[in-house]
Amino acid sequence: MEKLDARGLSCPEPVIMIRKAMQSGGAAYEMVVDNPVSRENVTRYAQHEGYTVSVTEGDGEYTLTMTK
Amino acid sequence: METEVKLTKLASCAGCGAKVGAGTLVQMLEGFRTHSDPRLIVGYDKSDDACVYVLDRETALVQTTDFFPPIVDDSYLFGQIAAANALSDVYAMGGEPKLALNLLCLADRMEPHTVQEILRGGYDKVYEAGAIIAGGHTIQGAEPIYGLAVTGFVHPDRVLTNAAARPGDVLLLTKPLGVGILTTAAKAGLVEQAVLDRLYRQMSALNKTARDIMVKYPVHSCTDVTGFALLGHSYEMAQGSGCSIRLNTAGIPFHPETYEMAEMGFIPAGAYRNRDYAGAGVKKGPGVTRAMEDICYDPQTSGGLLIALPEGAAEECLSELRERIPQAAVVGRVEERGEYAVYLD
Repeated sequence: MEKLDARGLSCPEPVIMIRKAMQSGGAAYEMVVDNPVSRENVTRYAQHEGYTVSVTEGDGEYTLTMTK
Repeated sequence: METEVKLTKLASCAGCGAKVGAGTLVQMLEGFRTHSDPRLIVGYDKSDDACVYVLDRETALVQTTDFFPPIVDDSYLFGQIAAANALSDVYAMGGEPKLALNLLCLADRMEPHTVQEILRGGYDKVYEAGAIIAGGHTIQGAEPIYGLAVTGFVHPDRVLTNAAARPGDVLLLTKPLGVGILTTAAKAGLVEQAVLDRLYRQMSALNKTARDIMVKYPVHSCTDVTGFALLGHSYEMAQGSGCSIRLNTAGIPFHPETYEMAEMGFIPAGAYRNRDYAGAGVKKGPGVTRAMEDICYDPQTSGGLLIALPEGAAEECLSELRERIPQAAVVGRVEERGEYAVYLD
């Protein structure tokens, strides 16, 4: 699973980051973001690309696991 | 010049997307002690586009200000957009702008000619509006900011507030939505230049034409759709008017490229703030997609006028608007107050 760290980034940077990563067509990605806007937007992008997204939250950070 | 720093790179958020959320504003202003003056007929407490102060039986003063960080890299265009956006608040009150003052913040890495072009854009747009820039104030800061303080005039009996819509009114919108989402997607390089050029033309277009046509009709209420988005501004109109507003998404004009960008998650933070502010007052119908809802929460920079007028006059007003502004459309109706302020069908 490819792991990405988008903490400290604001939209649309995390979406751009996941978009670039998903262009390789991997089956699973994990991304950490630190704000709800990025959590929502990255989730939207991953779903648009056909991934299933699950989110865990802790210490103001969100870990998104995206699988196909 | 290729070595030059891009204007939008100097700013952390763009255009009206930088606007502080309405919910935050309401919170900050809560309990604030204000004084009244019988001549101040639209003031601080009204969440309106501008304040209105009656001078005599024929004349009321309209005052407003608006400024924001760059939404485009072309400095002349940025000046025009910022000015069109600031002037719009006077049009939304039914008034005509006459005087403007520049409000400018310079960031360290700005070239002198960049600053000149911003000011030239503002000056030209204000002149096009039939007004004049009479001065201003410039400071140094972390990010570039430009806007205007605008003074205009309106007949005291013909002030159009955002709180006077009546059940039965038809709602018209004069510019398509999607500015916030498309400018966000543009940062990822996903929006074609031709689409961006269309957006820039729209943002720099004055609401003067719409205002000049609108005032010929018995309009009850008007506001301009800017940072709080169609849903936020509709919510304020409904709350202020003691009515409910039913928006029909099938009729809402938006740039067609917006839809997929919304589905792909290119939603500006301002759209989430707008949802936080108005969401509890909005009832979404079962047929409304998430992307369409996002478009209705999307903050607009220099957006169109949202006009409430009786059904009998709406058709003629719309057809006259469409002669000059083909994208103008009926977006909804005003109803007796229901459980929710806004129904999104």
